[in-house]
Amino acid sequence: MKKGIFWILALAILALLQSGLQGYIGAYYYQIVIFVGINIILAVSLNLINGTTGQFSIGHAGFYAVGAYTSASLLYYGEPTFRGWISFLPHSAQDVVLLLFGLLAAALAAGFAGLLVGIPSLRLRGDYLAIVTLGFGEIIRVLILNINAVGAARGFLGIPEFSNFFWVYLFALITVVVVHNLVNSSYGRAFISIRDDEIAAEAMGIDTTRFKVMSFVISSMFAGIAGGLFAHFTAFLSPNTFQFTTSFYLIIMIVVGGMGSIEGAILGAILITVILEAFREFGAFRFVNFAVLLVLVMLFRPQGIVGSWSLFRKAGAR
Amino acid sequence: MSILSIRQCTKRFGGLVAVKDLNMALNPGDLYGLIGPNGAGKTTVFNLITGVYTPDEGAIELDGRAIQGRKPSTIAKQGMSRTFQNIRLFKSMTVLENVLASSHMHRKQGMFDAIVRTRPLKNEEAEIRTAGMELLKIFGLDKRAHELASNLPYGSQRRLEIVRALATKPKVLLLDEPAAGMNPQEAIDLMHLIQFCRDKFHLTILLVEHNMKVVMGVCEKIQVIDYGETIALGSPKEIRDDPRVIEAYLGGA
Amino acid sequence: MATFLQQIINGIAQGSAYALIALGYTMVYGVLRLINFAHSDVYMFGAFMGYYTANNPWIKSTFGQSLTAAAVVMLIAMVLSAGLGILIERFAYRPNRSETRFTLAFWLGILGAAAGQLMSPGFFALTLGAAIGIAIGVVGEIAGLRPVRQDSRLSLLIIAIGVSLFLENGGQVAFGADPKFFPEIIQTAQWNVVGLKVDSQQVIVLGVSIILMVLLNLLVHYTRTGKAMRAVSYNLDAAKLMGINTDRIIALTFAVGSALAAAGGILVTLLYPKIEPLMGVMPGLKAFAAAVLGGIGNMTGAMLGGLILGIAEVMAVGYGQSTYRDAIAFIILVLILLVKPDGIMGKGPTEKV
Repeated sequence: MKKGIFWILALAILALLQSGLQGYIGAYYYQIVIFVGINIILAVSLNLINGTTGQFSIGHAGFYAVGAYTSASLLYYGEPTFRGWISFLPHSAQDVVLLLFGLLAAALAAGFAGLLVGIPSLRLRGDYLAIVTLGFGEIIRVLILNINAVGAARGFLGIPEFSNFFWVYLFALITVVVVHNLVNSSYGRAFISIRDDEIAAEAMGIDTTRFKVMSFVISSMFAGIAGGLFAHFTAFLSPNTFQFTTSFYLIIMIVVGGMGSIEGAILGAILITVILEAFREFGAFRFVNFAVLLVLVMLFRPQGIVGSWSLFRKAGAR
Repeated sequence: MSILSIRQCTKRFGGLVAVKDLNMALNPGDLYGLIGPNGAGKTTVFNLITGVYTPDEGAIELDGRAIQGRKPSTIAKQGMSRTFQNIRLFKSMTVLENVLASSHMHRKQGMFDAIVRTRPLKNEEAEIRTAGMELLKIFGLDKRAHELASNLPYGSQRRLEIVRALATKPKVLLLDEPAAGMNPQEAIDLMHLIQFCRDKFHLTILLVEHNMKVVMGVCEKIQVIDYGETIALGSPKEIRDDPRVIEAYLGGA
Repeated sequence: MATFLQQIINGIAQGSAYALIALGYTMVYGVLRLINFAHSDVYMFGAFMGYYTANNPWIKSTFGQSLTAAAVVMLIAMVLSAGLGILIERFAYRPNRSETRFTLAFWLGILGAAAGQLMSPGFFALTLGAAIGIAIGVVGEIAGLRPVRQDSRLSLLIIAIGVSLFLENGGQVAFGADPKFFPEIIQTAQWNVVGLKVDSQQVIVLGVSIILMVLLNLLVHYTRTGKAMRAVSYNLDAAKLMGINTDRIIALTFAVGSALAAAGGILVTLLYPKIEPLMGVMPGLKAFAAAVLGGIGNMTGAMLGGLILGIAEVMAVGYGQSTYRDAIAFIILVLILLVKPDGIMGKGPTEKV
């Protein structure tokens, strides 16, 4: 029963940390820790499709946005109604149920978006796939920008706050475990075989389209959950948070960490989030220094820090 | 009753007719060779059978079921597997993992089981691993099971590709120029290997090959095509002496 | 009907600018298979170089408000941007594929300059910082710290993103984040042609674009250098084996592409005089969409794509919802990729099984 012990222990540790963390490190660092956790979910899920399955997608921010706005609007508009349904529960338990409900909706909506985007796009290879996912990500953002019910360009205010360290890191843990188990299973081998040689994989009985879409949908579902957790922490959403630059930062995380590995994704998420925060003290030079550092890392250690399997293909080849 | 048949197949690429009204029939247990000069259309036929191309006309049947135009993975699931002219192993995987990858379609456990790691899943995984190792053992690759597939010497890589194809438990095995790049000794070993596969695994084997020694030595029936049409069909001896075949290869001297 | 034709004219003017920028994307993709995200920022750089040139007292007094003034401003901007393009190619993209000296020194020099500026603002600290950075870089290089020559497309893409970030934020630091207004370097006029209003700026934009595109076409199809450029875009390794100095050709491609982007930048300021360091982001993405629409890697395609996109965008704003304006480019991009990924002029790649 090792699994059961693992989870009980994990829940206990997280609950313990949750109760004392903010008081101990202060609100500013607490917030950074939260963002690290959310980025871990985003990076690990992105790595499933980019690193493990080898399908280069730069539209992750779009699914992040779908999840965030779905959960936010569902709970913003529906909170009184839903609370009414579960009024027999104590108030704090109601909060838990509402959050889980919102996250479920976020995951489903983002997963559905992943399906809609994935099915037509995953026929494409390489650069074309990257560009089309970029395009879809931006289309999603512009669509949201035009929906008044979620604040459009002004932003969405007053979202109920349900998420905190405990929930963010619980789901980060869940994401890591799920992706890890998946990658180390027969499904993972199917994904990797698609990455290594799609034609051979197909010839060995692996329906590559189906598996690519599968990987894509799972990946976007987790992005949706991250979105929900984000929305209910910051209590405010703006379409600007979900621009393609965010997708770029996520790619940077998994590449700098070491593409193709879960540890690389986690490390990259932590590193990039922390560095970007730390560089605030450089004022106007914040992103200038970050950019130079990024270029240096890519020139001198392109395989990333963990440096396991990487999508290296010759630049001159078609 | 043929296990693999091609009936009146035609495939055009723009104005070029690569394959014209082609017929082919393999009986269970056949060791069948497909040969012809360069550009004859052998690869096209191969790709038609394996689902990479769809014929413009005609039908292809595997074990009684139509497979023309179906996805390669569907055809693989129906019992046909293949190797590649330019070895296409899964480079980032080990020898064993390459073999396990092709066992996926025989799995019963679903994704939920994989994520939650249920007992049945772990059992199934163990079974498939054992089966994979046994298969590798038969071909002498078990000692290197945990090495990266790309680190193997060329001959072993070719053998691994065959093992990987066998792991899909096919009825028909297609070999695409398996002797390419082999020296005479390796070619002889290959011939024994192909015979062995047919006998031990009750397969039907279709071979596309340029190496005449291998073809004549291992195939029981040979079909010769040129310009997309069949010009001869028979035993190795009949083919060797057929004037049309000689003309096609040597240009009628 | 008049409004429709009017919109077409507006669209063509807009589209020509997109076409010029798109050409840069397509040319670089052709030789390096790289989506040069930094290209849009070279466009911005060009516009700013033009701005400073146009505001230069000597230039103002010598040329006044005239066609010559505009030509001089554009030429200087193009040359400076070509220089930037060459720098970027040499120190950001080339180290990934071939031995490039002083790479570490270059980037540490920049970091040093930034550090110096942060510690005590002013020219002296900046130069001192840069010098220290360069020194450390040279020492490091001698000690063996060289870029990994791995020829990886993914790393190249990330580097491009990095350079883009660098230029955008560097631009904010150097030029100030607030928007500026391009001075009028040429007298404006409006003519009435068969009942349609045509601004002199639009004529200039279209005219200059056509001239530049014709010149580019001459370069690529009627000179030996152009032939070399085409050879490199078909097969880099084969071109090398044929004795072509591929590094130089690639550098030249960047120079030409950047010059065209700068020209596009100046021309756009004739239509919309406001400039600011982030002005390249959206036009860049749209020009990129235009390049894909025409067939990425194909120059005629880039020109066509730019025009079509310009017209489509103006139409959408004129007849539809203006808030969706930005989405037009992306919708077209997605549609073309799903329907015919190789674009209008492209041909499909084949993979031998």
